[in-house]
Amino acid sequence: MVTRSEHIASDILFEWLLRRGDTALILGHRVSEWCGHAPVLEEDIALANIALDLIGQSRLWLGYAGEVEDKGRGENELAYLRDAWHFRNVLLAEQPNGDFGNTLMRQFLIDAWQDALLEALKSSADERIAEIAVKAGKEVAYHLDRSSDLVIRLGDGTPESHRRMQDALDTLWPYVGEMFVADAVDEAMAEAGLAPDPQTLKPGWEETVAAVFKQATLTQPQSDFAHKGGLTGRHSEHLGHLLSEMQFLQRAYPGATW
Amino acid sequence: MKKEWPLWEVFIRGQHGLNHRHVGSLHAPDAEMAIRNARDVYTRRKEGVSIWVVPSAQITASDPGNKEALFEPATDKIYRHPSFYDIPDEVGKM
Repeated sequence: MVTRSEHIASDILFEWLLRRGDTALILGHRVSEWCGHAPVLEEDIALANIALDLIGQSRLWLGYAGEVEDKGRGENELAYLRDAWHFRNVLLAEQPNGDFGNTLMRQFLIDAWQDALLEALKSSADERIAEIAVKAGKEVAYHLDRSSDLVIRLGDGTPESHRRMQDALDTLWPYVGEMFVADAVDEAMAEAGLAPDPQTLKPGWEETVAAVFKQATLTQPQSDFAHKGGLTGRHSEHLGHLLSEMQFLQRAYPGATW
Repeated sequence: MKKEWPLWEVFIRGQHGLNHRHVGSLHAPDAEMAIRNARDVYTRRKEGVSIWVVPSAQITASDPGNKEALFEPATDKIYRHPSFYDIPDEVGKM
Protein backbone atom coordinates (compact mmCIF):
# COMPACT_ATOMS: atom_id res chain seq x y z
CA MET A 1 0.00 0.00 0.00
CA VAL A 2 1.36 3.38 -0.92
CA THR A 3 0.26 6.40 1.03
CA ARG A 4 1.04 9.75 -0.44
CA SER A 5 0.21 12.97 1.22
CA GLU A 6 -1.83 15.15 -1.09
CA HIS A 7 -0.62 18.24 0.73
CA ILE A 8 3.04 18.49 -0.20
CA ALA A 9 5.90 17.16 -2.35
CA SER A 10 6.88 13.76 -0.99
CA ASP A 11 10.61 14.52 -0.79
CA ILE A 12 9.92 17.43 1.56
CA LEU A 13 7.58 15.40 3.74
CA PHE A 14 10.12 12.53 3.77
CA GLU A 15 12.87 14.86 4.93
CA TRP A 16 10.68 16.30 7.68
CA LEU A 17 9.56 12.84 8.88
CA LEU A 18 13.21 11.74 9.12
CA ARG A 19 13.87 14.68 11.45
CA ARG A 20 11.12 13.49 13.76
CA GLY A 21 11.97 9.79 13.55
CA ASP A 22 15.74 10.22 13.81
CA THR A 23 15.57 12.58 16.79
CA ALA A 24 13.39 10.08 18.67
CA LEU A 25 15.56 7.13 17.60
CA ILE A 26 18.91 8.64 18.49
CA LEU A 27 17.72 10.06 21.82
CA GLY A 28 16.06 6.71 22.57
CA HIS A 29 19.30 4.88 21.86
CA ARG A 30 21.27 7.26 24.06
CA VAL A 31 18.83 6.76 26.94
CA SER A 32 18.95 2.98 26.44
CA GLU A 33 22.71 3.11 27.07
CA TRP A 34 21.82 3.62 30.76
CA CYS A 35 20.13 0.23 30.95
CA GLY A 36 21.81 -1.65 33.79
CA HIS A 37 23.90 1.39 34.79
CA ALA A 38 21.45 3.89 36.34
CA PRO A 39 22.12 5.07 39.90
CA VAL A 40 19.15 3.19 41.39
CA LEU A 41 17.01 0.29 40.18
CA GLU A 42 13.81 2.37 39.94
CA GLU A 43 15.58 4.94 37.76
CA ASP A 44 17.03 2.20 35.59
CA ILE A 45 13.56 0.87 34.80
CA ALA A 46 12.15 4.37 34.26
CA LEU A 47 14.93 5.23 31.79
CA ALA A 48 14.44 1.97 29.92
CA ASN A 49 10.71 2.75 29.65
CA ILE A 50 11.47 6.18 28.24
CA ALA A 51 13.97 4.75 25.77
CA LEU A 52 11.36 2.25 24.59
CA ASP A 53 8.73 4.99 24.25
CA LEU A 54 11.10 7.00 22.08
CA ILE A 55 12.11 4.05 19.93
CA GLY A 56 8.41 3.24 19.52
CA GLN A 57 7.76 6.81 18.38
CA SER A 58 10.63 6.63 15.90
CA ARG A 59 9.09 3.47 14.39
CA LEU A 60 5.87 5.40 13.67
CA TRP A 61 7.70 8.33 12.09
CA LEU A 62 10.18 6.24 10.11
CA GLY A 63 7.48 3.79 9.02
CA TYR A 64 5.52 6.68 7.56
CA ALA A 65 8.72 8.15 6.07
CA GLY A 66 9.37 4.86 4.27
CA GLU A 67 5.86 4.86 2.80
CA VAL A 68 6.22 8.46 1.67
CA GLU A 69 9.61 7.81 0.08
CA ASP A 70 8.14 4.76 -1.71
CA LYS A 71 11.47 3.11 -2.51
CA GLY A 72 10.91 -0.07 -0.56
CA ARG A 73 12.60 1.09 2.63
CA GLY A 74 10.76 0.50 5.89
CA GLU A 75 11.47 1.58 9.46
CA ASN A 76 14.22 -1.06 9.83
CA GLU A 77 16.13 -0.13 6.68
CA LEU A 78 15.93 3.55 7.61
CA ALA A 79 17.08 2.97 11.18
CA TYR A 80 19.82 0.42 10.59
CA LEU A 81 21.10 0.87 7.07
CA ARG A 82 21.76 4.60 6.75
CA ASP A 83 25.09 6.20 7.53
CA ALA A 84 25.59 9.23 9.75
CA TRP A 85 25.23 11.92 7.06
CA HIS A 86 21.78 10.58 6.15
CA PHE A 87 20.49 11.05 9.70
CA ARG A 88 18.38 14.12 10.42
CA ASN A 89 18.23 14.27 14.21
CA VAL A 90 19.00 17.44 16.15
CA LEU A 91 22.58 17.52 17.47
CA LEU A 92 21.34 17.72 21.06
CA ALA A 93 19.89 14.19 20.83
CA GLU A 94 23.24 12.60 19.91
CA GLN A 95 25.30 14.32 22.63
CA PRO A 96 26.91 11.74 24.93
CA ASN A 97 25.15 10.82 28.17
CA GLY A 98 27.85 12.21 30.46
CA ASP A 99 26.76 11.90 34.08
CA PHE A 100 23.19 11.32 35.18
CA GLY A 101 22.62 15.08 35.51
CA ASN A 102 23.73 15.67 31.94
CA THR A 103 21.42 12.93 30.66
CA LEU A 104 18.50 14.40 32.59
CA MET A 105 19.15 17.93 31.42
CA ARG A 106 19.35 16.80 27.77
CA GLN A 107 16.09 14.91 28.26
CA PHE A 108 14.37 17.89 29.84
CA LEU A 109 15.45 20.35 27.12
CA ILE A 110 14.21 17.98 24.40
CA ASP A 111 11.04 16.92 26.27
CA ALA A 112 9.91 20.53 26.64
CA TRP A 113 10.44 21.08 22.90
CA GLN A 114 8.79 17.79 21.84
CA ASP A 115 5.83 18.46 24.11
CA ALA A 116 5.17 21.81 22.41
CA LEU A 117 5.80 20.40 18.93
CA LEU A 118 3.54 17.36 19.34
CA GLU A 119 0.78 19.51 20.79
CA ALA A 120 0.87 21.66 17.65
CA LEU A 121 1.06 18.59 15.38
CA LYS A 122 -2.23 17.24 16.76
CA SER A 123 -3.94 19.69 14.43
CA SER A 124 -1.81 18.84 11.38
CA ALA A 125 -3.66 18.69 8.07
CA ASP A 126 -2.00 15.29 7.55
CA GLU A 127 -4.02 12.67 9.44
CA ARG A 128 -1.10 10.30 9.95
CA ILE A 129 1.00 13.07 11.51
CA ALA A 130 -1.89 14.07 13.77
CA GLU A 131 -2.43 10.44 14.88
CA ILE A 132 1.25 9.93 15.73
CA ALA A 133 1.27 13.24 17.62
CA VAL A 134 -1.69 12.15 19.77
CA LYS A 135 -0.05 8.86 20.72
CA ALA A 136 3.45 10.25 21.23
CA GLY A 137 2.08 13.34 22.99
CA LYS A 138 0.81 11.31 25.94
CA GLU A 139 4.19 9.63 26.39
CA VAL A 140 6.14 12.84 26.08
CA ALA A 141 3.84 14.64 28.54
CA TYR A 142 4.89 12.07 31.13
CA HIS A 143 8.57 12.31 30.15
CA LEU A 144 8.42 16.08 30.60
CA ASP A 145 6.63 15.81 33.92
CA ARG A 146 9.30 13.45 35.15
CA SER A 147 12.36 15.24 33.78
CA SER A 148 11.11 18.64 35.08
CA ASP A 149 10.64 17.16 38.54
CA LEU A 150 14.13 15.63 38.60
CA VAL A 151 15.82 18.76 37.23
CA ILE A 152 14.17 20.75 40.05
CA ARG A 153 15.08 18.21 42.72
CA LEU A 154 18.72 17.95 41.65
CA GLY A 155 19.18 21.64 40.78
CA ASP A 156 17.79 22.62 44.16
CA GLY A 157 19.44 19.67 45.90
CA THR A 158 22.90 19.37 47.40
CA PRO A 159 25.80 21.66 46.40
CA GLU A 160 27.19 18.84 44.28
CA SER A 161 23.94 18.02 42.49
CA HIS A 162 23.39 21.75 41.86
CA ARG A 163 26.87 22.10 40.38
CA ARG A 164 26.38 19.09 38.12
CA MET A 165 23.01 20.33 36.84
CA GLN A 166 24.39 23.82 36.17
CA ASP A 167 27.40 22.30 34.35
CA ALA A 168 25.03 20.18 32.26
CA LEU A 169 22.90 23.18 31.37
CA ASP A 170 25.96 25.26 30.41
CA THR A 171 27.36 22.40 28.30
CA LEU A 172 24.13 21.64 26.45
CA TRP A 173 22.80 25.17 25.99
CA PRO A 174 24.64 25.79 22.67
CA TYR A 175 22.60 22.92 21.18
CA VAL A 176 19.10 24.23 21.98
CA GLY A 177 19.02 26.86 19.23
CA GLU A 178 18.88 24.24 16.49
CA MET A 179 15.45 23.08 17.66
CA PHE A 180 13.88 26.41 16.67
CA VAL A 181 15.55 27.16 13.35
CA ALA A 182 13.31 27.05 10.29
CA ASP A 183 14.63 26.12 6.86
CA ALA A 184 12.93 25.56 3.48
CA VAL A 185 11.53 22.19 4.61
CA ASP A 186 9.91 23.70 7.71
CA GLU A 187 8.56 26.63 5.73
CA ALA A 188 6.95 24.33 3.16
CA MET A 189 5.45 22.16 5.94
CA ALA A 190 4.07 25.22 7.72
CA GLU A 191 2.76 26.64 4.46
CA ALA A 192 0.84 23.40 3.79
CA GLY A 193 -0.61 23.38 7.31
CA LEU A 194 1.20 20.14 8.16
CA ALA A 195 3.50 21.36 10.94
CA PRO A 196 4.20 24.52 12.89
CA ASP A 197 7.09 26.80 12.00
CA PRO A 198 9.68 25.77 14.64
CA GLN A 199 10.26 29.43 15.55
CA THR A 200 6.69 29.70 16.84
CA LEU A 201 7.43 27.01 19.46
CA LYS A 202 10.20 29.01 21.08
CA PRO A 203 8.24 31.40 23.36
CA GLY A 204 6.26 28.52 24.95
CA TRP A 205 9.40 26.44 25.36
CA GLU A 206 11.25 29.35 26.94
CA GLU A 207 8.44 29.85 29.40
CA THR A 208 8.45 26.16 30.38
CA VAL A 209 12.20 25.92 30.90
CA ALA A 210 12.51 29.29 32.65
CA ALA A 211 9.89 28.26 35.21
CA VAL A 212 11.70 24.98 35.91
CA PHE A 213 15.15 26.60 36.10
CA LYS A 214 13.81 29.17 38.56
CA GLN A 215 12.54 26.45 40.88
CA ALA A 216 15.73 24.47 40.33
CA THR A 217 17.82 27.55 41.25
CA LEU A 218 19.69 27.16 37.95
CA THR A 219 20.95 30.09 35.88
CA GLN A 220 19.89 30.05 32.25
CA PRO A 221 22.88 30.89 30.01
CA GLN A 222 22.51 34.13 28.07
CA SER A 223 24.38 33.13 24.92
CA ASP A 224 22.41 32.70 21.70
CA PHE A 225 25.19 30.81 19.96
CA ALA A 226 23.77 27.67 18.38
CA HIS A 227 25.47 24.63 16.87
CA LYS A 228 23.50 23.63 13.78
CA GLY A 229 23.66 21.00 11.08
CA GLY A 230 22.07 17.87 12.53
CA LEU A 231 18.80 18.49 10.71
CA THR A 232 20.61 18.59 7.38
CA GLY A 233 23.00 15.71 8.05
CA ARG A 234 26.09 17.48 9.38
CA HIS A 235 26.62 15.75 12.70
CA SER A 236 29.06 15.86 15.58
CA GLU A 237 31.70 13.14 15.86
CA HIS A 238 29.48 11.32 18.38
CA LEU A 239 26.82 10.07 15.96
CA GLY A 240 29.15 7.73 14.03
CA HIS A 241 30.19 6.00 17.24
CA LEU A 242 26.58 5.70 18.35
CA LEU A 243 25.56 4.17 15.01
CA SER A 244 28.46 1.72 15.03
CA GLU A 245 26.94 0.21 18.16
CA MET A 246 23.26 0.64 17.29
CA GLN A 247 23.64 -0.76 13.76
CA PHE A 248 26.27 -3.42 14.47
CA LEU A 249 23.98 -6.42 14.24
CA GLN A 250 22.36 -5.51 10.92
CA ARG A 251 25.72 -4.53 9.45
CA ALA A 252 27.49 -7.71 10.55
CA TYR A 253 24.55 -10.06 9.91
CA PRO A 254 22.42 -8.44 7.20
CA GLY A 255 18.75 -9.33 7.46
CA ALA A 256 19.11 -11.03 10.85
CA THR A 257 15.78 -11.38 12.69
CA TRP A 258 14.69 -12.71 16.09
CA MET B 1 22.97 9.37 57.92
CA LYS B 2 21.28 6.60 56.01
CA LYS B 3 22.01 6.96 52.31
CA GLU B 4 19.43 4.50 51.01
CA TRP B 5 16.01 5.93 50.14
CA PRO B 6 13.15 4.72 52.34
CA LEU B 7 11.05 1.76 51.25
CA TRP B 8 7.45 2.12 50.05
CA GLU B 9 4.76 -0.53 49.61
CA VAL B 10 2.86 -0.26 46.35
CA PHE B 11 -0.83 -1.02 45.80
CA ILE B 12 -2.38 -1.08 42.34
CA ARG B 13 -6.04 -1.15 41.35
CA GLY B 14 -6.36 -3.23 38.20
CA GLN B 15 -9.76 -2.06 36.99
CA HIS B 16 -12.46 0.27 38.17
CA GLY B 17 -14.42 -1.34 40.95
CA LEU B 18 -11.74 -3.74 42.13
CA ASN B 19 -9.71 -3.29 45.29
CA HIS B 20 -6.17 -2.02 45.30
CA ARG B 21 -3.84 -5.00 45.69
CA HIS B 22 -0.37 -5.12 47.09
CA VAL B 23 2.05 -5.66 44.19
CA GLY B 24 5.46 -5.09 45.75
CA SER B 25 7.74 -2.40 47.08
CA LEU B 26 10.32 0.12 45.89
CA HIS B 27 12.67 2.84 47.10
CA ALA B 28 11.95 6.56 46.74
CA PRO B 29 12.89 9.75 48.61
CA ASP B 30 9.27 10.88 49.03
CA ALA B 31 5.67 9.96 48.23
CA GLU B 32 5.52 11.88 44.96
CA MET B 33 8.54 10.08 43.55
CA ALA B 34 7.27 6.79 44.93
CA ILE B 35 4.16 7.22 42.77
CA ARG B 36 6.26 8.00 39.70
CA ASN B 37 8.56 5.07 40.34
CA ALA B 38 5.57 2.79 40.93
CA ARG B 39 4.14 3.90 37.60
CA ASP B 40 7.38 2.93 35.87
CA VAL B 41 8.10 -0.25 37.79
CA TYR B 42 4.64 -1.76 38.23
CA THR B 43 2.27 -0.46 35.54
CA ARG B 44 4.32 -0.80 32.37
CA ARG B 45 2.17 -3.67 31.12
CA LYS B 46 -1.15 -1.91 31.64
CA GLU B 47 -1.64 -3.41 35.08
CA GLY B 48 -3.43 -0.51 36.67
CA VAL B 49 -5.71 2.50 36.75
CA SER B 50 -4.80 3.73 40.23
CA ILE B 51 -1.72 3.61 42.48
CA TRP B 52 -1.37 3.87 46.26
CA VAL B 53 1.97 4.07 48.03
CA VAL B 54 2.49 3.67 51.77
CA PRO B 55 5.78 4.03 53.66
CA SER B 56 6.74 0.48 54.61
CA ALA B 57 7.69 1.76 58.06
CA GLN B 58 4.03 2.70 58.64
CA ILE B 59 2.84 -0.89 58.33
CA THR B 60 2.40 -2.85 61.54
CA ALA B 61 2.59 -6.58 60.91
CA SER B 62 1.45 -9.52 62.97
CA ASP B 63 4.24 -11.46 64.63
CA PRO B 64 5.04 -14.69 62.72
CA GLY B 65 5.95 -16.25 66.10
CA ASN B 66 2.34 -15.77 67.19
CA LYS B 67 1.02 -17.66 64.19
CA GLU B 68 -0.40 -20.58 66.21
CA ALA B 69 -2.23 -18.49 68.74
CA LEU B 70 -3.56 -16.12 66.12
CA PHE B 71 -4.65 -18.47 63.37
CA GLU B 72 -4.74 -22.11 64.52
CA PRO B 73 -7.94 -21.72 66.60
CA ALA B 74 -9.89 -20.99 63.41
CA THR B 75 -8.93 -24.20 61.63
CA ASP B 76 -11.41 -26.53 63.38
CA LYS B 77 -14.34 -24.13 63.33
CA ILE B 78 -15.66 -24.97 59.92
CA TYR B 79 -19.17 -23.88 61.00
CA ARG B 80 -17.97 -20.32 60.56
CA HIS B 81 -18.02 -20.90 56.82
CA PRO B 82 -21.50 -20.30 55.43
CA SER B 83 -21.31 -23.51 53.40
CA PHE B 84 -23.97 -25.29 55.50
CA TYR B 85 -26.82 -23.03 54.51
CA ASP B 86 -29.08 -23.47 51.55
CA ILE B 87 -29.13 -20.11 49.87
CA PRO B 88 -32.14 -19.38 47.66
CA ASP B 89 -31.25 -18.54 44.06
CA GLU B 90 -33.04 -15.20 44.38
CA VAL B 91 -30.34 -13.97 46.76
CA GLY B 92 -27.83 -13.99 43.93
CA LYS B 93 -24.05 -13.94 44.32
CA MET B 94 -22.90 -13.48 47.91
